[in-house]
Amino acid sequence: MAVGTPPATSTPVPLTPATAPRRRSREALTAWLFLLPSLIGFVVFTVGPVVAAGVISLLDWNLFSSPTWVGLRNFARLGPDPTFWSALGNTAYFTLVSVPLTILVSLALALLLNQGIRRIAVFRSLLLLPYATITVAVAFVWIWLYIPHDGLVNTVLGWFGISGPAWLISDNWAMPALIVMSVWKSFGFGMVVILAGLQTIPQQLYEAGRVDGASPWHSFRHITLPMLSPALFFVVVTSVIGSFQVFDQALIMTNGGPGTRTTTLVMYIYQTGFKNYDQGYAAAQSLVLFAFIVLITAGQFLFQRKLVHYDK
Amino acid sequence: MTSETKPVVRRKLVVFACFLVTAVTLIPVVMMVLVAFQSDDESMAAKPSFWPSSWHPENLTRVFDLVPLGKYLLNTIYFAAGTTILETVTAALAAYAFARLNFPGRSWLFGVYLATLMIPSQVTLIPQFVLVAKLHAIDTWPGMIVPHAFTAIGVFLLRQFFLGIPRDYEEAARLDGANRWQAFVRVIVPLALPALATLAVFKFIGQWNNLLWPMIISNSDATRTVPVGLQVFQDINGTQWNLLLMAATVTTIPLIILFFLTQRWFVRGITMSGLGGR
Repeated sequence: MAVGTPPATSTPVPLTPATAPRRRSREALTAWLFLLPSLIGFVVFTVGPVVAAGVISLLDWNLFSSPTWVGLRNFARLGPDPTFWSALGNTAYFTLVSVPLTILVSLALALLLNQGIRRIAVFRSLLLLPYATITVAVAFVWIWLYIPHDGLVNTVLGWFGISGPAWLISDNWAMPALIVMSVWKSFGFGMVVILAGLQTIPQQLYEAGRVDGASPWHSFRHITLPMLSPALFFVVVTSVIGSFQVFDQALIMTNGGPGTRTTTLVMYIYQTGFKNYDQGYAAAQSLVLFAFIVLITAGQFLFQRKLVHYDK
Repeated sequence: MTSETKPVVRRKLVVFACFLVTAVTLIPVVMMVLVAFQSDDESMAAKPSFWPSSWHPENLTRVFDLVPLGKYLLNTIYFAAGTTILETVTAALAAYAFARLNFPGRSWLFGVYLATLMIPSQVTLIPQFVLVAKLHAIDTWPGMIVPHAFTAIGVFLLRQFFLGIPRDYEEAARLDGANRWQAFVRVIVPLALPALATLAVFKFIGQWNNLLWPMIISNSDATRTVPVGLQVFQDINGTQWNLLLMAATVTTIPLIILFFLTQRWFVRGITMSGLGGR
């Protein structure tokens, strides 16, 4: 690939007032050449579409006929739409339960693997396996595991005298069933990040703590957690973003049901835009979701200032 | 118990716990493979069985007769590899400019890149679809690949790595007469290979898994990917679990193999980027 940078002069010329601006503008030109491929794609496929979503949200448009301008009416439709609120509630439910659960499982397993055992790489690889599977494929496996009455999950519960619900068609248990599957699918990523974080904590800190008579819980609370906070923060932020986008497993396992009990926002936007061909309304929904994400991310970063410890 | 035996017992307990947790975690994957080899009757019986009472390896060929699974796999490789290569190359170039070159508006533009990380993909979904439709690129490879090959996260990750590479290495090359492009290709890229590999593996797995975008853009077997194809398979066969899970097994294995081959880079990349600590 020929990027048209002029060959550099063999020895760097000392910066004198006369040559400095010329060198600087040549460097700027080089920079723009390096940036160009990414920038074009970025403008056409990210920035442009966001602006377009703003325009489409003001239209009544089914993709095929010509659009009509409806102003803010699509946003006004959100208020009295029970499915939208239920989708928002379901997404919040999913996020509030699955993110802490994923973090706890990831943290617990990372701590377990970090106990100085041999063959840690074997266990780490095997525990990462769910993360490396295709969501759609394993969603089918989980439907099979969740089969009412004699599915594996209910059989195991039966050993303990519990008669399990008809998971995926139960009003109360469909969402928890989706959450369990999602935690299983994604904890491996958090585990690897946290494990990497654990391995960067200097052992002297623990030895110093032991000399001072710190209990294991004390050193966990006052050494491990603060030192791990950047890794935990990264896992929280990526998990929250991921949980807002949950779609594949919900589509395959419950298709949003029973009723709208597991209809998430992404799924509702997809149904509105590509099943009902109501693009304007779908765009309005996506922009409201965007506003929520901005608020939550801002909240997380405010929180980070208090809780995440970086060196210096 | 004496203080000498205690660590041994503790270590045994830890290893036992590791075995237990791993075994429980792998149950769904093991079940997928076991059911895939069951007979039709057994897999669809009211009371599902765990161990196949008879093995049916011919399920494998039956799946390929029912759906063009090989074609779907090939399509998924095109889609995932296409987006991965395009993203990694363009992100590396942009990240180099942000990390090493001075130009007016640099921090402002980088701020815009970062801000877009917050945009949920649902916002761009509809306009991207409209754009692809207007360009008559529905059900074509460029229509599938190009819109999904530019994300700020790649630029952000690679910039972090490039900032960590000592400037001296590059200055030495520049003193030897290399221009910026040569310094980038001969110095930065080789040093950043683990980072580039990490980004590529992340992107490849993400796109191999991608259901929503291919579902919207692809509408024939010519471009249909595995996640979409498995869904079609469900429609044809209802709950013929053995064949469905055989298809799931076949399509999951390549990703798992790729993941195991590349996970050393992937783990090293996470450590190097400082995501896991400092």
